[in-house]
Amino acid sequence: MTFTTVGQAPPADPRRRRVPKRQAKPALLVALVLLILPAAGRAHKPSDSYLTLKVDGDRAAGSWDVALRDLEHALGLDADLDGAITWGELRARHAAVADYALARLKVSRGSEACALNPTEQLVDRHSDGAYSVLRFDVDCPPGAESLRVDYRLFFDLDPTHRGLLQVAAPGQVETAVLSPERPSFEAAPRPRGPWPTCAEYWREGVWHIWIGFDHVLFLLTLLLPAVMCRRGGDWQAVERLRPAVSEVVRIVTAFTVAHSLTLAVAALGWVALPSRWVESAIAATVLLAAAHNLRPFLPMKGWLVAFVLGLIHGFGFAGVLADLGLPVGSLVVALLGFNVGVEAGQLAIVAVFLPVAFVMRGSAFYRRAVLGAGSFAVLLIAAAWLVERGFGLDFMPI
Amino acid sequence: MNSEETDVMCRTLLLLALMSLPVSAEPFVPKDDSMVLERLPRSAFADPELRRLRGELAGEPENLSLATELAWRYISVARSEGDPRWNGYAQAVLSPWWEADEPPSAVLLLRATLAQNRHDFAAALEDLALVLAADPRNRQAWLMRAMILQVGGDLEGAYRSCQVFAKLDRSLLGHACRAHVASLMGHADESYGLLERSTRSSSAGIEDRVWSLTGLAEIAERLGRTELAERHYREALALGMRDVYLLAAYADFLLDRGRPRDVMELLDDETRADALLLRRALAARALGSAELGDDVRDLEARFASARRRGDETHLGSEARFTLYLLDRPAEALDLALRNWAVQKEPIDARLVLETALAAGRPGAARPVEAWIAETGLEDVRLSLLVLRLHRNKEIGP
Repeated sequence: MTFTTVGQAPPADPRRRRVPKRQAKPALLVALVLLILPAAGRAHKPSDSYLTLKVDGDRAAGSWDVALRDLEHALGLDADLDGAITWGELRARHAAVADYALARLKVSRGSEACALNPTEQLVDRHSDGAYSVLRFDVDCPPGAESLRVDYRLFFDLDPTHRGLLQVAAPGQVETAVLSPERPSFEAAPRPRGPWPTCAEYWREGVWHIWIGFDHVLFLLTLLLPAVMCRRGGDWQAVERLRPAVSEVVRIVTAFTVAHSLTLAVAALGWVALPSRWVESAIAATVLLAAAHNLRPFLPMKGWLVAFVLGLIHGFGFAGVLADLGLPVGSLVVALLGFNVGVEAGQLAIVAVFLPVAFVMRGSAFYRRAVLGAGSFAVLLIAAAWLVERGFGLDFMPI
Repeated sequence: MNSEETDVMCRTLLLLALMSLPVSAEPFVPKDDSMVLERLPRSAFADPELRRLRGELAGEPENLSLATELAWRYISVARSEGDPRWNGYAQAVLSPWWEADEPPSAVLLLRATLAQNRHDFAAALEDLALVLAADPRNRQAWLMRAMILQVGGDLEGAYRSCQVFAKLDRSLLGHACRAHVASLMGHADESYGLLERSTRSSSAGIEDRVWSLTGLAEIAERLGRTELAERHYREALALGMRDVYLLAAYADFLLDRGRPRDVMELLDDETRADALLLRRALAARALGSAELGDDVRDLEARFASARRRGDETHLGSEARFTLYLLDRPAEALDLALRNWAVQKEPIDARLVLETALAAGRPGAARPVEAWIAETGLEDVRLSLLVLRLHRNKEIGP
């Protein structure tokens, strides 16, 4: 329950309270007594600040949301004492706010502190009131050590205050709750230099081609007829390995060049397509490739089909890359790593496919069951994907 | 903005959304210097005494009497505003003694109060035991102990503490303490009579009267005497003292009577205290009001913040929010049961019964039913809920 002493006589001198006198009991003790009654389950939002550091190499961009109520207690923003903090009153104290806050934050690498330079101050509304948003640049000395954050804002004025910290680096986000008991946070060591970045994105590329069933299916569908050639409207097995290999190389290269082009275009932000559209279009490419196997209708050779339809797959890869988060400083390296990873995954598929297909190429089983029925099955799967993705449904297991 | 920035921004927003950080719209630069960004709690900025004490204490931070006086004032703002940062300010001014081996009794009492405010009942009781060991006649400590034991469900222990307190304090408070506890132990009718008579005949101050009248209203409500209950709520409100607990209790009363419009009127501008924002949102939902979306988002953000801090004082409110505003009864039941493990007041019992009913898991409410039977708690709303649970049990699994 809530009882206030405001406007009452001041509470008793505690030295006197230790020897209670019956006649000294009075209203002021009562006022205190009522304050201590449990408020049973009435929860409220305590004081938090939200500190975000977006790290990129030796620099970081900081954004710090601090409640105006807390700043009022620390600095007294309400200049005219009318109980309302206006933008004018806050603006007049911007330098003081930045000095006060940044003096209580230390970002360092190894034994050296990073410079914190305020850039701008805005206002934001959170669920529990208005916050001052302090933006600042963090300049760190170069080095391999991880970043360390030491936080002590308001801890002297309110030990229950917490700093909710978020450190975002490309591909990883860490969070921490900073308190007087744990005022420091050490970011996980980040991959340094272009090679670790490249390797990390290479792994992602390989992984994505392995779990990206639509890309794998598309590639296999294109490759199925590579060990055959068309004579008089019917498929015949090629006689020698060489034409089969060169056809596979042509198809894989065309697909690679095409999706590398569109991946770069999309990752650099020159073209942005809605992901639902891209995903549906990818399903359509698989459908077209499968239909072309069954009854050739595209007026071009296999490698050209791979190139034209492959352009669309690049936008799909770009979506994955965007989800991973691209390091701004080493964008090209990451892009390269990812792309090479995708190719490596493709080559692994080809390495398994080609020998098996070449050995089986002469059999009726390959022609009917693998090329014919296989393409038909792919057609059905792709049609289902197209419906699923086009209408935003979710019924396919893959 | 170039596309790279757009891309970075989109990814950041996505991440923020995923982490359910309470980020509202975009930060902005206000156009007008006269734009009011924040209003400060009346009880704080309008109190010159608070400023004076703070100034004096800054000069001599180790002055115990100044520090405790200021700390009580801070706690009083925290309670009247429902803003716990003021509890933190209170703790800060006590820092010279806070971690001492043997803090003075005056500090122990404050420390117990603050522990209790963050629902650390065990720590609060420990500090009170220290106070009472040094000074067995400390009235505040006895009353506080009684109320903490009552919230935790130890009604026998609470009543014994009230008896000691009543011997030391023959004012209205002694009666109120015993009536509060006894009314939960199968003696609601007598307790109501006792408390009603002492409230009428007492010349106690406003704070005491608000507490007694709120207690009377709650007992009357549990007994199903709604007209009496409303009269007491209104009498308490008419005393003109801002009190989050009273406002929340009366809002619940109105919601139960199907009067959401009156709740909106009562809690017009009340968005700071979660307890009141929750009631407003419940009323808005009942009215099908368009404001509801904002309130629900705000509450969700606050509960998310509390979870990130590891703060568990919100479990009860969150259970109710999850049941009625998010429509997720299974989760709500889980929250209500966790809340029940710590707090055992009628409102906590009710939460378990309601969520168990909605989740179709009447068996989960068995501990609460057992507790009602054991204590002899009289509450028409709880009886009705128990009845419905049993009926469901016969039909359902």
